[in-house]
Amino acid sequence: MVQQMSNANQVLGFHSKIERNVTLLLVFSLLVVTIGGLVEIVPLFWLQNTVEKVSGERPYTPLELAGRNIYIREGCYLCHSQMIRPFRDEVERYGHYSLAAESMYDHPFQWGSKRTGPDLARVGGRYSNEWHVEHLKDPRALVPESVMPSYAFLADTDLDTGLVAEGLKANRIVGVPYTDDEIKNALADMKAQADPNADTADLLKRYPKAVTGDFDGNPDRLTEMDALVAYLQMLGSLVDFQSYQPTDGER
Amino acid sequence: MKNGYWAILVGACAFLALMGAALGQDAAFRAHFWIIFSALAVGTVLLLRNMDGTGKGRDTPDGYMDEVIRYGVIATVFWGIVGMLVGVIIASELAWPALNFGPWFNFGRLRPVHTSGVVFAFAGNALICTSFYVVQRTCRTRLFGGQLPWFVFWGYQLFILMAASGYVLGITRSQEYAEPEWYAILWLVVVWVAYLLVFLGTIIKRKEPHIYVANWFYLSMIVTIAMLVIVNNLEIPVSFLGVKSYSVFAGVQSALVQWWYGHNAVGFFLTAGFLGMMYYFVPKQANRPVYSYRLSIIHFWALIFLYIWAGPHHLHYTALPDWAQTLGMVFSVMLWMPSWGGMINGLMTLSGAWDKLRTDPILRMFVMSLAFYGMATFEGPMMSIKSVNALSHYTDWTIGHVHSGALGWVGMVTFGAIYYLTPKLWNRSQLYSLRLVNWHFWLATLGIVVYAAVMWVSGIMQGLMWREYDSNGFLVYSFAETVAAMHPYYVMRMLGGLLFLMGALIMAYNVIRTIRGDVRDEIPMGAEAPAFQPAE
Repeated sequence: MVQQMSNANQVLGFHSKIERNVTLLLVFSLLVVTIGGLVEIVPLFWLQNTVEKVSGERPYTPLELAGRNIYIREGCYLCHSQMIRPFRDEVERYGHYSLAAESMYDHPFQWGSKRTGPDLARVGGRYSNEWHVEHLKDPRALVPESVMPSYAFLADTDLDTGLVAEGLKANRIVGVPYTDDEIKNALADMKAQADPNADTADLLKRYPKAVTGDFDGNPDRLTEMDALVAYLQMLGSLVDFQSYQPTDGER
Repeated sequence: MKNGYWAILVGACAFLALMGAALGQDAAFRAHFWIIFSALAVGTVLLLRNMDGTGKGRDTPDGYMDEVIRYGVIATVFWGIVGMLVGVIIASELAWPALNFGPWFNFGRLRPVHTSGVVFAFAGNALICTSFYVVQRTCRTRLFGGQLPWFVFWGYQLFILMAASGYVLGITRSQEYAEPEWYAILWLVVVWVAYLLVFLGTIIKRKEPHIYVANWFYLSMIVTIAMLVIVNNLEIPVSFLGVKSYSVFAGVQSALVQWWYGHNAVGFFLTAGFLGMMYYFVPKQANRPVYSYRLSIIHFWALIFLYIWAGPHHLHYTALPDWAQTLGMVFSVMLWMPSWGGMINGLMTLSGAWDKLRTDPILRMFVMSLAFYGMATFEGPMMSIKSVNALSHYTDWTIGHVHSGALGWVGMVTFGAIYYLTPKLWNRSQLYSLRLVNWHFWLATLGIVVYAAVMWVSGIMQGLMWREYDSNGFLVYSFAETVAAMHPYYVMRMLGGLLFLMGALIMAYNVIRTIRGDVRDEIPMGAEAPAFQPAE
């Protein structure tokens, strides 16, 4: 008992030094708050099994990336998740549970935290382009219960075609493996993907499985609607699940 | 000429903003920089009209620097009302989607205005102005840095303007509570470093041997927020004259860095900082010393150590590795203890002063705030348990939880501090009306209870509907049916928020009348209670 008391007094004695010296207080509190982050975050960069090895995943096409930028600009993440959890109901509702590999080129991630609307991780290919365009213009025309805002203005807004190659370059700096060839052809690829009359052979060689053609129902114009629908139509469709084998202890 | 250099500096910044408006590579950047230029141009003109700094003459040069705190109190009330009003608007948009006036006022663009508005503008201003007040009183010295506290105040308002106007224009990183784009964050870092300098400098020149416990919490908040903001905003701009940037982190790493940031924006900005506030204002209002010095030491170090680990509980059952999820869960559950340490220390400070609750609605606000703090910090660890989270994640339950903490704890303790500060800062003998404080107290409490209860029901119902199977093994509800089921709850939630907003409006009125020096003719609080009959 006496021993315990004196230990406690020693601790308090040491603490009274910290309380009298703001440098000590600053340094100790900074040290204390650094530990948790270091232990949890740093291993994610060097543990090989954090991101699964899969086939099919590729960087976004310039048009898909522009669509993703619009998805980010409009704050879609506030109501739509892109992360299917490994539960029976979610897998039946939305498809195979999401893999880390499926967002490996997402700077930043858009997993979301709220489902006011449904998950979009595998919405690609689920509905037609026409459905998406109509739904984005007037959600309640197709889904009466919906509380989604209208995004009709996207169909009236020309897609900004400045800084397309620069966008790919910035992605390359942060680790997305865009090639020189892809950066050089960025603007041409963007236009070709939404043009039903374009020769898309090169585009498809660079970006396998890219969905091409007119998206917004107006082939004469490249709009923000084209870009957003192109992005939605590829979500979750890249990984080849035929060849994917989950391994024990992978996660 | 006191303001001469500042006028030159702000004028130069205005010129740079004008260049940005002219040379911007995209329309959003140009529009945004027109707004920033306008604000800075107004600032320059105001400084030029007041070159000798006479507008700041209420403080004696060697006394406490309180004028900046007066501005801070007004800014806190103002931004509180803006943030809560936008909250009521977006709640209405969810109940009646026809209220979405796109593109500027769509839910997706306004929701960050609400969250940043209440977290960074309302709570942030409350933290800055109360920390300036508390650090001067507990160190018995004037704020350090000459005019630097003014730079912190106005610089922070400019950051808020940049963030909020950016969201409406569609300038966002779409990371929750970390939406401002790269140039707004660069500006914030400059302001925040100045804030750290002011706070540290004041502590260094203190005339008290000990650094008071409130200042430990404020200091750890300032330092940790700096670390979190800088790391979570590491990004590469596409162009130095464009709005867009790409985070250096991708996918799973991006997710964990974001929630390491996000949870500790709660843990440090909304908890540690406000505990600092609590440790000064509760003992002052109750006129009692802090209950336990040892408890404050233990729960301070435990709280700041454990909080930082809790982020992964936002990513349960996602593609984040299981080991990280489990760590996040375990530390979140442990966090319950230091959180309640703070609550106990606050509540027990009232020992021997509980009778004051009958007559002092300000003290009542502090007590209700601590009660909600205790409730929310019990609910949080519970929701971080994976099997509970499997149900609660992605639903309104999370929203309800956040609001019991934000409205109950952060809101109430801030209201209490404002009611404490206003008469003192403006040299009034008392508030305009304690009865109106009582009205505010009950409207706010009722608003929070309605809000939280409605979100519990809607969240749990939604989670259960998503996973309900019929006897043939089919999912019972389509997603659209679960959305339709939310409607009555979204209406009631809006009403709960409206009650809370009405309380805040009453506070604004009370504060304005107090500043004007008015006193309401009213029966004093507690006077209507029956007088005790002498025993016969």
